[in-house]
Amino acid sequence: MADASAAPAASSGRLAVRKTYKLYINGSFPRSESGRSYQVLSAAGQFLANVAWASRKDVRDAVVAARKAVAAWAGSTAYLRGQVLYRAAEMLEGRREQLAESVALAEGISAGEALDAVGASVDRLVWYAGWSDKIAQVAGSANPVAGPYFNFSVPEPVGVVGALAPQTSSLLGLVSVLAPVIVSGNALVVVASELRPLPAMELAEVLATSDLPPGVVNILTGRVAELAPVLAAHRDVDALDLAGAPDGLDASLEEAAAGNVKRALRRQRPEPDWYAEPGTGRMLFFTETKTVWHPMGL
Amino acid sequence: MAFERFAYAPAPEQRAIVSIRPSYGLFIGGSWADPVDGGHFRTLSPSSEEVLAEVAEAGPKDVDRAVRAARRAYEEVWGQMPGKERAKYLFRVARMLQERSRELAVLESLDNGKPIRESRDVDVPLAAAHFFYYAGWADKLAYAGFGRCPKPLGVAGQVIPWNFPLLMAAWKLAPALAAGNTCVLKPAETTPLSALLLAEIFQQADLPPGVVNVVTGAGETGAALVAHPGVDKVAFTGSTEVGKQIQRAVAGTGKHLTLELGGKGANVVFDDAPLSQAVEGIVNGIFFNQGHVCCAGSRLLAQENIADGLVEALKRRLSTLRMGDPLDKNTDIGAINSPQQLAKIRELAASGEAEGAERWSAACEIPERGYWFPPTVFTHVAPAQRIAREEIFGPVLSVITFRTPEEALEKANNTTYGLSAGVWTEKGSRTLYMASRMKAGVVWANTFNRFDPASPFGGYRESGFGREGGRHGLAAYLQDGLGG
Amino acid sequence: MAVSEVAQEALAQERQPGAVGRAPAAPGTLAELARSEASLRRLLHGLPGVDQVGAEARAASLATRSIKTTAKLWAIDTAISMVDLTTLEGADTAGKVLSLCAKARRPDPADPSVPPVAAVCVYPDLVGVAKQALRGSPVKAASVATAFPSGRASLAVKLADVAEAVAAGAEEVDMVIDRGAFLAGHYGRVLEEVQAVREACGEASLKVILETGELATYDNVRRASWLAMIGGADFIKTSTGKVAPAATLPVALVMLEAARDFADATGRQVGVKVAGGVRTAKDAIRYLVVVNEVAGDEWLDASHFRIGASALLNDLLMQRAKQHSGAYAGPQDYSVE
Repeated sequence: MADASAAPAASSGRLAVRKTYKLYINGSFPRSESGRSYQVLSAAGQFLANVAWASRKDVRDAVVAARKAVAAWAGSTAYLRGQVLYRAAEMLEGRREQLAESVALAEGISAGEALDAVGASVDRLVWYAGWSDKIAQVAGSANPVAGPYFNFSVPEPVGVVGALAPQTSSLLGLVSVLAPVIVSGNALVVVASELRPLPAMELAEVLATSDLPPGVVNILTGRVAELAPVLAAHRDVDALDLAGAPDGLDASLEEAAAGNVKRALRRQRPEPDWYAEPGTGRMLFFTETKTVWHPMGL
Repeated sequence: MAFERFAYAPAPEQRAIVSIRPSYGLFIGGSWADPVDGGHFRTLSPSSEEVLAEVAEAGPKDVDRAVRAARRAYEEVWGQMPGKERAKYLFRVARMLQERSRELAVLESLDNGKPIRESRDVDVPLAAAHFFYYAGWADKLAYAGFGRCPKPLGVAGQVIPWNFPLLMAAWKLAPALAAGNTCVLKPAETTPLSALLLAEIFQQADLPPGVVNVVTGAGETGAALVAHPGVDKVAFTGSTEVGKQIQRAVAGTGKHLTLELGGKGANVVFDDAPLSQAVEGIVNGIFFNQGHVCCAGSRLLAQENIADGLVEALKRRLSTLRMGDPLDKNTDIGAINSPQQLAKIRELAASGEAEGAERWSAACEIPERGYWFPPTVFTHVAPAQRIAREEIFGPVLSVITFRTPEEALEKANNTTYGLSAGVWTEKGSRTLYMASRMKAGVVWANTFNRFDPASPFGGYRESGFGREGGRHGLAAYLQDGLGG
Repeated sequence: MAVSEVAQEALAQERQPGAVGRAPAAPGTLAELARSEASLRRLLHGLPGVDQVGAEARAASLATRSIKTTAKLWAIDTAISMVDLTTLEGADTAGKVLSLCAKARRPDPADPSVPPVAAVCVYPDLVGVAKQALRGSPVKAASVATAFPSGRASLAVKLADVAEAVAAGAEEVDMVIDRGAFLAGHYGRVLEEVQAVREACGEASLKVILETGELATYDNVRRASWLAMIGGADFIKTSTGKVAPAATLPVALVMLEAARDFADATGRQVGVKVAGGVRTAKDAIRYLVVVNEVAGDEWLDASHFRIGASALLNDLLMQRAKQHSGAYAGPQDYSVE
């Protein structure tokens, strides 16, 4: 699919049906309500596709979808969420070659490197799938208070998270931002890499076939500098992941986040090695700790 | 109740227990110094309006000196010190807080206006307990779940409020120091004295100079501290409005931030609640500390079928509350902390009446001098009214009714805040259901306003982020490996 | 509070403003309540529960009240006037009772300003001795009855016990409820016994001992309190003093709340007596604080609050002396009976 500008394959002699790249909102693939699109080129400069150019209204719709989905997703069992993430790994594995082609074109890396990236993405999903029913055991506690009370702390998902996917690592980076957010029960609106959005939309198709409830993940493509401020200022977004924030925008995004005291995860400098084991920091960042007291008596 | 027969005679705590200096300097680098580019201001006793002492106001240069002192101490001493040695300093401080508890309690009641019974039985013991708890973590950070070798952040700039001056200082300093950071503390302008006595205690404990610095002052001093480039970590407890200002101020600077802000806690009472204890919990929830509590249960959500009886029982209970001299051991309700706060409470209470709610106040004798507001209950409150939505930070309770548990949840969560919530019911499954659904960092079930150093405390949404207390409380003062 | 509407109506029929120490015969609706075990259970189990931790916390908080100077003097004198000076030993003799009565009339021979106690409490066979020794004084002769302390005997035997005490001149009778029946859920039987004893008391006032230590939970204490009051008790009393734990501040708190709520519902004011474990003046003053802040002014006299004790009196006298003179008294300054 990626090689749209090449001549029809000599062997089949048929014209390829090009994919239309739309947004992924609420489990389906709508066009941008603005009707706009922008051209995406490969790392080598070849035209790849016209991709939907999301507007602020699309952000609004995506947040609405995420908010609608989060209560049920957060209320689902950890077991179920683990199952869903694992299914996504299965689906991604099944489309390994296709995704690798897309990543290679987007990032200008070799086929072998691209396959590694996809493999690591699958493994990343598997890793997080195994976390869903363990977060509470690692981050929760029964607290020994000095009185006749039973007191426990549990991690809860923060709610709706707005994220800016890493700009260069078009698949592995995205998966590394997406999975830790949703594994604990959050819903996500993520803006894909601006120049390398196609693997993100392939991933959207993977997610759409993974029993992920509609609205839990929403992926938007477009100009990050245009969409990020909308997410950052949106009062129904609870937290932000600024991993893919454009240079010079961090301060204003963090400032906008203060409007409703969002938890904002800053872009790490230098960019992390997405291949490395992530640790629990990112996952726990998007949880809140709730502590409950109850007397113990007759 | 008339209390005609058994009138309690005055039972004053002795003020002479504590000696207050006429004038205080800034505590920087282990010693006291006059401000270089700040002035002085006075701190009053809000129950009598008398001047207690003159206190230094730290100007920008003073803040700079303090941050530098903290940086030096971090790089040369504290940051190098093994955890188990840091622990011993903190244990010493905890012990000294216990030893000097009576002094600290009297001082706190004088400067803040809260009853001596509360500062003696709650504030000071909890402050000591906080130091004790975190002392134990100092050499066990590897087990805390933040990596095998978690590193501190450096210099922490900490701005605390006036409602629990000593306790808030303990909540900030203890975990920061245990994790290996050094601190610059900015107490609230109306309540600096217990922090200054705490500084004396640090001196007595031989805490290395510069590990803790106290820069007294008002909003400008706090802003200077937050903005100082030498501060790695900002921790703030106070109003949501100022919290947002601080979050904006550190945007793009890379400074770590935790915020503990306001609240409008819902206290939900079901028809099968243990009613007498629920009444106690309601009273405790909003009238303890004169309602100057971020996690106050300032909204009573009463199940409609028992609401009238509950309010009657509540009013009867409120009529036994004693408002007066904070140093009298029988005082239940002390003074409002400042004329500004009193004005704010009055304004919001007036809005309650103007918007149609019914107002009732306990018949308390109001002393001539000082700032006072009797416990007040509003009934027939609609969720849209200001007294139902805005934080009053005073002894004012708004009563709202509900019919079903789902309605209670909806109303309880219908706020941009999310600090605390209460639920009263004898039905175990309902207790746990409500607790799991209430969007609040602390849920008190069949109790209220309980605190413990082992118990993480903090808010959801606009009540802030980060937790204080427990293992979770260390997260604010250690590097998280995320740069965030 | 929170009493079911049906019960409210039934109890409202009992309204007798100003009645002290006299319970009316159960009117029609209440008798129906009494006959039906099921409706009595619904009433009692429909009362709000008591959270132990919360109740104990409130009691502990009330215990931190600082009662000094004039307030302390008032409290000590009031406490003295509320004491039921008690001897309930197998080894009791006329001699013992005589000396106790002398003390009751004039607790401090050296100081006539000390008020007499409220009553002297003895076993039924010594009531006559007490009555004689107390003649001419305001101190009441009180008797335990109904197979005190265990209450394990037939109703006939218990009633005979009461009859003898009353015949001997007892002005107050302290009965025990059948805790076995209560814990087994036979509330109707417990109620009937209280009603029968109430009738057998005639003019004498009835205190109903719940034996809270055996009831074990505050929920049970609340229910038993209501049961006794519905049955016609003039006082509800914590303990026999023969079982630990006896009176505690939280138990008193729960009972005082029950008495207050019962008065709100019916208009009839039932007194509360704490017995057993009240040893020092400090304890007694703490109980008065609880009475004051939980039940209110109306319970702060000997007609509505009593303290069953023996050694307490001397401690009250010592504290009284110290308040007046400033110096701590010694135990030999006061007589031991």
